[in-house]
Amino acid sequence: MEMPAPNPAIMAKKAELVRRLSEVLPSDAVIHDEAETRAYECDALTAYRCPPLAAVLPASTAEVSDVLRICHEMGVPVVPRGSGTSLAGGALPTADSVILGVARMNAVLETDYDNRFIRVQTGRTNLSVTGAVEADGFFYAPDPSSQLACAIAGNIAMNSGGAHCLKYGVTTNNLMGVTMVLMDGTVTEIGGAHLDAAGLDLLGVICGSEGQLGVVTEATLRILAKPEGALPVLMGFDTNEGAGACVSDIIKAGVLPVAIEFMDRPCIEACEAFAKAGYPMCEALLIIEVEGSPEEIQHQLGLIKEIAAAHNPVDYREAADADEAYRIWLGRKSAFGAMGQINDYMCLDGTIPVSALPHVLRRIGELSKHYGLGVANVFHAGDGNMHPLILYNANQPGQLELCEAFGADILRLCVEVGGCLTGEHGVGIEKRDLMVDQFAPADLEAQMAVKDVFDPAWLLNPAKVFPLASSEGRRAVKIAAE
Amino acid sequence: MRPETEAELAEVIAGRETPLWIRGGGCGGVLPEGAEILETSGLAGIRLYEPGALTLVAGAGTPLSEIEGVLAVEGQRLAFEPSDLRAVLGLSGEPTLGGVAAMNVSGPRRIQAGACRDFMLGVRYVDGLGTIVKNGGRVMKNVTGYDLVKLMAGAHGTLGVMTEVSMKVLPMPEAQGCVMIDGLSPEVAVQAMSAALGSPFDVTGAAHLPEGVDGAQVTMVRVEGFGAQVEYRTGKLREMLARFGDVRVEVDADKVAAGWAYVRDLTGLCGVDGDLWRISVKPSDGPTVLAALGARKAQMDWGGGLVWAVVAEGTDVRGRIGTDGHATLVRGGGQPRFHPESPVNARLASGLRAKFDPKGIFNPGLMGA
Ligand SMILES: Cc1cc2nc3c(=O)[nH]c(=O)nc-3n(C[C@H](O)[C@H](O)[C@H](O)COP(=O)(O)OP(=O)(O)OC[C@H]3O[C@@H](n4cnc5c(N)ncnc54)[C@H](O)[C@@H]3O)c2cc1C
Ligand SMILES: Cc1cc2nc3c(=O)[nH]c(=O)nc-3n(C[C@H](O)[C@H](O)[C@H](O)COP(=O)(O)OP(=O)(O)OC[C@H]3O[C@@H](n4cnc5c(N)ncnc54)[C@H](O)[C@@H]3O)c2cc1C
Repeated sequence: MEMPAPNPAIMAKKAELVRRLSEVLPSDAVIHDEAETRAYECDALTAYRCPPLAAVLPASTAEVSDVLRICHEMGVPVVPRGSGTSLAGGALPTADSVILGVARMNAVLETDYDNRFIRVQTGRTNLSVTGAVEADGFFYAPDPSSQLACAIAGNIAMNSGGAHCLKYGVTTNNLMGVTMVLMDGTVTEIGGAHLDAAGLDLLGVICGSEGQLGVVTEATLRILAKPEGALPVLMGFDTNEGAGACVSDIIKAGVLPVAIEFMDRPCIEACEAFAKAGYPMCEALLIIEVEGSPEEIQHQLGLIKEIAAAHNPVDYREAADADEAYRIWLGRKSAFGAMGQINDYMCLDGTIPVSALPHVLRRIGELSKHYGLGVANVFHAGDGNMHPLILYNANQPGQLELCEAFGADILRLCVEVGGCLTGEHGVGIEKRDLMVDQFAPADLEAQMAVKDVFDPAWLLNPAKVFPLASSEGRRAVKIAAE
Repeated sequence: MRPETEAELAEVIAGRETPLWIRGGGCGGVLPEGAEILETSGLAGIRLYEPGALTLVAGAGTPLSEIEGVLAVEGQRLAFEPSDLRAVLGLSGEPTLGGVAAMNVSGPRRIQAGACRDFMLGVRYVDGLGTIVKNGGRVMKNVTGYDLVKLMAGAHGTLGVMTEVSMKVLPMPEAQGCVMIDGLSPEVAVQAMSAALGSPFDVTGAAHLPEGVDGAQVTMVRVEGFGAQVEYRTGKLREMLARFGDVRVEVDADKVAAGWAYVRDLTGLCGVDGDLWRISVKPSDGPTVLAALGARKAQMDWGGGLVWAVVAEGTDVRGRIGTDGHATLVRGGGQPRFHPESPVNARLASGLRAKFDPKGIFNPGLMGA
């Protein structure tokens, strides 16, 4: 993945930039020593690294505004950063950019149970939002697997989802308002404790804009009452088709589980070897979770069992209690760790129409043979979001490139069957150059026109999302202005 | 004019210099007299429906009734519960998918299931230069590029003409039940609704009618699901809400549906002269807003967060609703329909309109400047 060459004119202004930033921030909030800026050289897409010119850690919206105003005046690109868990390289710096990290802004500003919202600073981690309300019986629904580490800031920028989004939706469906700072330092509020903000749905386009429209410093989030209980079932099938048809029939029958997770044989084997959760060895495994009171859960599980029986499962296990539930989830939750044990891996994130599942898995198998790289599939089956994990050896020259080519073929396949390049991780740099496979030039032009309005100088995270060739003219304007 | 294809529409727009008003079913009542009209009825038809994937794709001019009919056959529905305001607006016509999407029309279930925009998976549209653009798609999880689908939802046609919309649909529940309390003041009603909405019982509607079907005050809380589930949840809610007054439970599906259609379609506000306002606020502010309006007739939905009110002609209610919320003039004239935005947001919105519709062709002056 290519990044634009750093602009020497900007690099040359480092001393002045640091001096000006230090005027508006405490000294420990401006990091410019080369050894220390390394801490910000990458996000969770660790194959790509580049230390920024400087990193700043503002503690308030006013400080964020000061930083952005200075960078804007000096023509310095800014890359916003939450916790740096992006798998798409969204928070990857360029050598001529300033990393603006919101980690110090992690306060809860307001909790309101009568009106069912919480207002937080966006550096707060996802799990600690739920942590702030769970003693009172509430939770924040979007639950990315990275929730212990990732921040609301990154969740909003990537419109992150989680295992439970089949029922509760992703970030955009749970976001009611933001305080955002534009690149020129202007602060604005959008939405609030009421539903459906006035005017054009600016909130809707900000969510998922990957840090390219503004720096979000505060967020109003919808919170929900915790369900009375939840239990998973596990079932094994001897074909992917059988598992796929079972999912479709459950949905058609009107049962709406909170989660439907799918694992294929390579994934089951790896997880089993790693976590020893006692999974059956079969072609496809489903974990389905339902919620409610004990009676409601039993009723839904009864329906699911009946439907599943028609598809001849080779194994069917209900969790009788919390301990058994834990064991059912254990393998799935350790899938990524299990893969990491065996090998280096790259985690993909395409979405397909659920009906295309058997075809897509078959094609992935063929591609795996062609490239000579193993692949294991974990899949949010209710909504078609796939996470193929491609295994490779990072120390062997040429393997990363081979792995990337394999990944690109899988993502093109997702688009070809009517799906998309990314269901929840975002485009970043990882899928940037594949955007032309999903979108026509006019489609990309319409999206870039939105950035033109919010960030006319193209200084916020400019080298992401759009293929460099498509955005070149716009980024060039900035460089010419130097 | 009435284009039959997206390509024909694009060609017309590309060569166009003067304003056009987009008309779906025309049930919104925004079209000025004598305006040149662009009919979307030629861009109709259901193009894909996969019940097992909960997805439907249709031309923007497709009548909503056709879509709801097709979904009902498979026991599915549009879960955001689009309202039918024809009676209260005194208009006839067939509401279309595009009209509902352009208005982000969402009914009582919005508080639990989400708004129309939350169910829109993808759009195709023609912008003000005649360019065909697609965004989103037909799958439920998609973060590929910016979400222009949300921008088109609720843009009231000012950013482009939608030609096709993909929707997420949901199963219709087996049963529904309603828990009702009579005689509560709006303040106590909102407390009761907040308690219900803060419970684990997945409440899908919470409304207060100062004058219900039989003329008396009623506060209504709805649950939906499997039969046993509805029985259990209405029972729990009855216990929980007993401290607010005498609680009645209705589980007859037809009666519950009729009660919520009354709320959704503003049946109680029909035939009352005056301007009709739609006001979205923080739910606990609902009663204060209601008191400040001096309405001829009003109701609260969304647990207090959505106030519908008929007030004397020409009244501008916008100064009376506090700062956390907004008011839209749905029926009436003589003043702007939409709430003024903050200067920064107004600048962003007009910047977007200038990009999407640089010639200022679509519904000029309807939203913003
Ligand atoms: C093990 C693992 C599991 C994961 N599981 C999931 C999952 O289940 N679902 C899922 O959706 N994702 C998942 N992810 C991806 C990642 O955690 C999410 O994308 C997350 O939302 C990123 O949050 P962050 O705070 O770490 O953001 P960062 O990585 O710091 O940044 C992500 C993007 O947000 C932008 N940004 C950061 N802060 C701001 C701000 N204040 N204003 C504007 N833009 C900003 C950045 O510029 C960047 O483009 C996973 C990642 C890992 C490593
Ligand atoms: C200001 C206002 C607010 C309203 N709010 C609500 C509400 O909250 N709930 C409710 O139930 N009803 C509301 N209504 C009524 C609402 O308009 C109708 O319920 C619904 O939109 C009717 O669909 P239609 O096809 O008849 O739309 P039309 O009346 O034909 O069009 C409605 C609007 O959408 C635009 N439009 C139509 N088709 C397209 C398309 N394909 N692409 C782009 N734009 C298009 C039109 O230009 C017009 O601005 C409101 C009406 C107004 C005037």
